[in-house]
Amino acid sequence: MAAVSDGQPALVVNDLKTHFTVPAGAVKAVDGVSLTLERGKTLGVVGESGSGKTVLSRSIMGLNVAGNAVTTGSVQYEGKELVGRSSKEMKALWGRDMAMVFQDPMTSLNPVVKIGRQLTEHVRAHLGVSKAKAQSIGTELLHSVKIPEAEERFDVYPHEMSGGMRQRVCIAMALACSPEVLFADEPTTALDVTVQHQILNLLAGQQRDRNMAMILVTHDLGVVAGRADEIAVMYAGKVVEQAPTATLFSEMRHPYTEALLNSIPQTTKPKHTRLSAITGRPPDLINPPKGCSFAPRCPYARAKCHEEEPQLQAAGSSGHQFACHTPVGSPAAKEAFETNLAEGLPQTLVVAGRLTASEDNSTGWAG
Amino acid sequence: MAGSGTAHLRTGNEALLRVEDLTVEFPIGRDRVVHAVSGISFDIVKGETLGLVGESGCGKSTTGKALIQLPRPTGGQVMLGGSDLTGLDNESLRSLRTQVQMIFQDPISSLNPRRAVGEVVAEPLHVWGPADKDAQWDKVSTMLDAVGIDPDSARYKYPHEFSGGQCQRISIARALVLEPELIICDEPVSALDVSVQAQILNLLEDLKAQYGLTLVFIAHDLAVVKNISDRVAVMYLGKMCEYSESDELYANPAHPYTQLLLESLPIPDPRVELHTGVTDDGELPSPINPPSGCRFRTRCDRADDVCAEIEPAMRRVNGDHFVACHHPLVAVDEVSVSVDGGS
Repeated sequence: MAAVSDGQPALVVNDLKTHFTVPAGAVKAVDGVSLTLERGKTLGVVGESGSGKTVLSRSIMGLNVAGNAVTTGSVQYEGKELVGRSSKEMKALWGRDMAMVFQDPMTSLNPVVKIGRQLTEHVRAHLGVSKAKAQSIGTELLHSVKIPEAEERFDVYPHEMSGGMRQRVCIAMALACSPEVLFADEPTTALDVTVQHQILNLLAGQQRDRNMAMILVTHDLGVVAGRADEIAVMYAGKVVEQAPTATLFSEMRHPYTEALLNSIPQTTKPKHTRLSAITGRPPDLINPPKGCSFAPRCPYARAKCHEEEPQLQAAGSSGHQFACHTPVGSPAAKEAFETNLAEGLPQTLVVAGRLTASEDNSTGWAG
Repeated sequence: MAGSGTAHLRTGNEALLRVEDLTVEFPIGRDRVVHAVSGISFDIVKGETLGLVGESGCGKSTTGKALIQLPRPTGGQVMLGGSDLTGLDNESLRSLRTQVQMIFQDPISSLNPRRAVGEVVAEPLHVWGPADKDAQWDKVSTMLDAVGIDPDSARYKYPHEFSGGQCQRISIARALVLEPELIICDEPVSALDVSVQAQILNLLEDLKAQYGLTLVFIAHDLAVVKNISDRVAVMYLGKMCEYSESDELYANPAHPYTQLLLESLPIPDPRVELHTGVTDDGELPSPINPPSGCRFRTRCDRADDVCAEIEPAMRRVNGDHFVACHHPLVAVDEVSVSVDGGS
């Protein structure tokens, strides 16, 4: 196994950009993302559909093989540069150094190949072991992801298993060659709450046992709240806020993070509580709006937000940064909000309803 | 009795929809049968929202489809406004379809990709509505407007030009265009992001108030169900476990399965400790050979010999709260039901 020396981050991403060239222009799916992933830690990447979170993890792994994808910037793994490598060169890293669990367990397995062969194919290719040895490794893996009757399951086709079991197989495949970094791209979005809970517990346990670094991509802040060490919130291809998990929830500064959190229905609220939906849609990534890309949907936007793009700046607590001219809780935000409310912008009405419901609780998150 | 019973049904005839002992079975050859839904009973009064919640394979979608007789249930009654749908011939059933409409899970695949939005929404009117094209368009544009889609710009566009959330709005408009009394929503927000999910849930609440709709809301996410439902029925492997007014259900879950579902919910607050101690790695047993007695017993840590032999019947916890369990988490009346019962 390739070992990363202690104290050195597993992955350093610097100003990573992935643009897709289409007839209408360049889709800026990932537009200048910088991250550091420590060994054995979990980074949660959160955002809506189209925020670039999936393309980000694929870009780091070098999986954007489409001819129209252009990736620039830098991804350092073990001190080696990954951007610009060919798929052939990347292939040596896939499996042993980095692996991915995909969103849809229904379509990420080959329907006409038995589970056992799919599971051991790359074990044999990467580790160069005999068929019998690969089979025993495979069975052990199925045990470790808590698949009952692992020996029998070795010889079944994917359609004979439930969605949760298939996702366990996908996780077993990703773990087969003991990767240093695991990307989990919405691993539970297609699954039930109970199965989601099981799968997330399984991932956390495997990560602890193997001391892997993990990037957990999701649209649900609830999923990463208890499980990530650090969270990066993405919007329109950029990281708009990043902080250690507890800090992010207790001191959130970006209006988008606040809006994402408030749109989650909570069981602690009485029935028929009106949800604070985010009005509008994510922006066009070919021609993003001038200034802050969240400004058209933001209740706190002011003139400056539509003109000048905010840069990531450090907040009070260590490791916390955000990109906003009118951060949540600031006097500027309050002032801008009152102006916008007077003008009747739809996004302010949603927030106004919530503020009157919980006067003493300005962020509204401590339910 | 099998995690079923009718103790939780309301007396009197005020119910818009009353379902009794609904059973759906699918023969799969060699004398084997999939017991998808086994003896479910519930009722809904006008203007109410009933949430049906449970894991994949618990029969919640099959129940929703059986309500509109697609396919026809194997047994039981579905009383809609006084007529039993299961006994109707195809023609009389067809004429009642205008009263019950459905919204499906995947907004993109439930719209015909080759037809413009104006036509998609007008389709029910071609069958049932005014023959006059202008009158049809008036109606369609009113509905599109009501769901927050600009009618004039959307009319000649195709579904692929819209986002998932917008497609779901369009399918809601299509369900509403016949002004039905009852809408069955089969996981309408499961395929959507949290932010869009909130928009659609708010929209459903608004439309419900505006048009006096009655909803059956099927979902696996308890937080979503709690937000929109007046009453919630928890289903497991074709049976009903618990049936309650929704605030009460979440405050005092009585069935171990309901508690398992609640503990599995991701809470967006890092200070809340995760229930990682729960050792539930269980899978849903096969509905071809469901466990004897209580069907949940194979995953339940309270299960004993009684659970393996006798199927629990619905018992009143208090007021509007009923549970089918031999060892519920809260005290229940021993007698199955009394009119003014309560604890």
